[in-house]
Amino acid sequence: MCIKVILSHCLKFRKSVVLEMQDPKSGVKSQPQRLVITAIPHAVTGEDIVNWLSERLLVDTEEARSVGSMLAALGYIYPLQQHKRLVIRADASLYRFQTPYFWPTQQWPVEDTDYAIYLAKRNIRKKGILELHEQEQYNHLHKWMNHKWDFIVMQAKEQYRAAKERKKPDRVVFECQERAYWVVHRPPPGTVSAMDFGLERRADPNANQVQGEETGKLAHSSFLIPLSRNFSRCSLFSVVSLVKYSSTYQSHDPFLSRPLPSNPWHTDDATYWTLNSHNVETPTKQRVERWTFSFAELLSDPRGRDDFRLFLKKEFSGENLAFWESCEDLKWGTAATMKEKAEQIYKTFLARGAPRWINIDGKTMEITIKSLKHPHRYVLDAAQTHIYMLMKKDSYGRYLKSPVFKETQKKAIAPEEHNDSQLEQNARTRRPSLSPIVLRQLEAERRAKMAAAAPVDITQVMSKLSRKPQ
Amino acid sequence: MCDQTFMAATFGPCESCGKPSPLMNIYIKNEAINYCSFCVELMACQGLQSGESVASLKRECESLKKKLEEERGKLNDVELHQVADKIEVLGALAIKTRRVLKGHGNKVLCMDWCKDKRRLVSSSQDGKVIVWDGFTLSKENGISVPCTWVMACAYAPTGCAVACGGLDNKCSKAVAMHTNYVSGCTFTNSDNQILTSSGDGSCALWDVESGQLLQSFHGHTADVLSLDLAPSETGNTFVSGGCDKKANVWDMRSGQNIQSFESHVSDINCVKYYPSGDAFASASDDATCRFYDLRADREVAVYQKDSVIFGASTVDFSLSGRLLFAGYNDYTINVWDVLKGTRSSILFGHENRVSRVRVSPDGTALCSASWDHTLRIWA
Repeated sequence: MCIKVILSHCLKFRKSVVLEMQDPKSGVKSQPQRLVITAIPHAVTGEDIVNWLSERLLVDTEEARSVGSMLAALGYIYPLQQHKRLVIRADASLYRFQTPYFWPTQQWPVEDTDYAIYLAKRNIRKKGILELHEQEQYNHLHKWMNHKWDFIVMQAKEQYRAAKERKKPDRVVFECQERAYWVVHRPPPGTVSAMDFGLERRADPNANQVQGEETGKLAHSSFLIPLSRNFSRCSLFSVVSLVKYSSTYQSHDPFLSRPLPSNPWHTDDATYWTLNSHNVETPTKQRVERWTFSFAELLSDPRGRDDFRLFLKKEFSGENLAFWESCEDLKWGTAATMKEKAEQIYKTFLARGAPRWINIDGKTMEITIKSLKHPHRYVLDAAQTHIYMLMKKDSYGRYLKSPVFKETQKKAIAPEEHNDSQLEQNARTRRPSLSPIVLRQLEAERRAKMAAAAPVDITQVMSKLSRKPQ
Repeated sequence: MCDQTFMAATFGPCESCGKPSPLMNIYIKNEAINYCSFCVELMACQGLQSGESVASLKRECESLKKKLEEERGKLNDVELHQVADKIEVLGALAIKTRRVLKGHGNKVLCMDWCKDKRRLVSSSQDGKVIVWDGFTLSKENGISVPCTWVMACAYAPTGCAVACGGLDNKCSKAVAMHTNYVSGCTFTNSDNQILTSSGDGSCALWDVESGQLLQSFHGHTADVLSLDLAPSETGNTFVSGGCDKKANVWDMRSGQNIQSFESHVSDINCVKYYPSGDAFASASDDATCRFYDLRADREVAVYQKDSVIFGASTVDFSLSGRLLFAGYNDYTINVWDVLKGTRSSILFGHENRVSRVRVSPDGTALCSASWDHTLRIWA
């Protein structure tokens, strides 16, 4: 986030809050600060700041303190004691509002030259007593700005002399303000700086858009597209469906209702994950409930998909799901294998007399076969959509009423809630889980084993037997 | 899921270059033309034709924009919180830090969960990418990337690979090459493709094995800072947000910009789909998060509060979509009630900016990455 951005938006609000705080009538109560014999006005206590913010922004104390600390971190308020820690403490410690001259809104570039002048001035005043990090900075600047050093020292002396001519209270205040300004912009080591902006963004959103020809035409064409679409006038309907979705899933949201047996992060017990793993034999009741929410939910859960596949096998329409899965594989596969896969799918599912021929309407079939002449990633999109809708509108409904599903529902387990007594012991026995790489390997091995142990084709055995010499 | 997600893209020979490819349908002066995405870009970048000038184009843009707003205004203007009035108010949330992951030596810029719900990958400013088991707090793997500001990292769906990108303009061993920094990357439904967004204003879809550019998406006029893939089973769209204050929805097959939303007043830092795929939320430097409904084609909620005066850098939804977790530059995470538009809770704990928040795949925990060198897992 670049400095120009931070300084335009939240800035206006921050500035107005800080100005409000300083209002003599409705702002934070101020009191004079006693410094030996002089009294310096307009000091406020941390507690008052926090209370004022709490009332004005309608938040609780902790948040008000956080907001106050951020204002301090940016340099709008500075502490009078412990000047290096830019946080607000909700007690009697004193703070003062920074003069607008030093506010970050002024957008002055913070120059090293100014810093060098400031350090030189402090050097003169305190006769060589600078903090360790300031001393290091001073030496560093002295080396790199050697060519300007005479100018810097001259400036420092001038400013020192001018300051001496001021009255004592003003002088003390100005010194505090300047010191606070430099704590913000040249933070001591080990502290977090709110001025840290990260990477500069390439485009400055606040610069008046000088639209070159290219960007102009691009923006122009980007408006043509939405206007040419017909959006359904279903604003109310879509908003209601969003609300409905949240309500449906609320009981499944671990942040809103306790998962059974327990949230692993609360109790350090990973049973919840083991019970809900991919290839578990009996799923939990909650999981089965989710399958009834939508067809997409059923397909996206591997255990649900397996159950559905079983159901389709019994109905002899397993090729639909197999086709859909192969299309997904084609869409998300590597570019190199694209052509091969498309041909394979055609041979298996679409060609006349194919072993797993799928039933799609004539028009879709025609379009698909035509596009297969130039196979690309989305060549089977139309056919895939057709089959998906078929499964969704037809098979899914029947699945939910089928004995396969009812069996699964009956067997589904409802785990008991864990009680919190085991917490400490659980924390000690946290076990690592298998790495996904290992899991993938195991899965591949398992599949290979299954393929190898496939039932023998009886016709081949018979023909071999018949050829054996009697 | 609405049936509107199933638009079959038209394929066929492009009307300008003749090559068969997925086509974009554009209307120029009320005439429909079908160009492939390359030709559309060419047309957009051509010099001004006679009778046009930058000023006249600008004027036409403004009038089109007004017309679009009018059309949108004709639709039933219902606010989300009005519809959600009858819903129960959420109880107090008791979310606490459960784990603190220490190990990065510099600002943590990005993180992503693995589908196994406990592993995560994080990347930081010093070029280190670390794979953690969040549950046992162990570091499983560490990679050193030869660039600073690794702003994007993603876990592959199978959990067997990780992609990262940043100031070196590349994503993961030069799979993706941009002309400016890579701000976001995500795997699509498989390990074989990566979608990236970049500071050069474009997004792109790459094939991992060959490094081939499969599709590019142009339309943003400034840095693209974030993108998110639609969660539907037939996921063919994604949304991107950028420094031009626009959030655009794209069709991955044709490269076409389907919808565009411009209601933020500053850079959009992060975009994230609602779990049903029919809406998305965006976080911006203007200290607000906004919620857009895709079918209604407009913004339906704004999440802002007087005490929130710093930009939001990241958002994510809880599993049901009822909660929106947003990380801000004032070191806090605000939890918003999506439907009612109010702030549910605020999470303190980080000591510097929160750069990324992500809910785990099964919704049991939230992980936040911060510039204070740590990651925190909340539940």
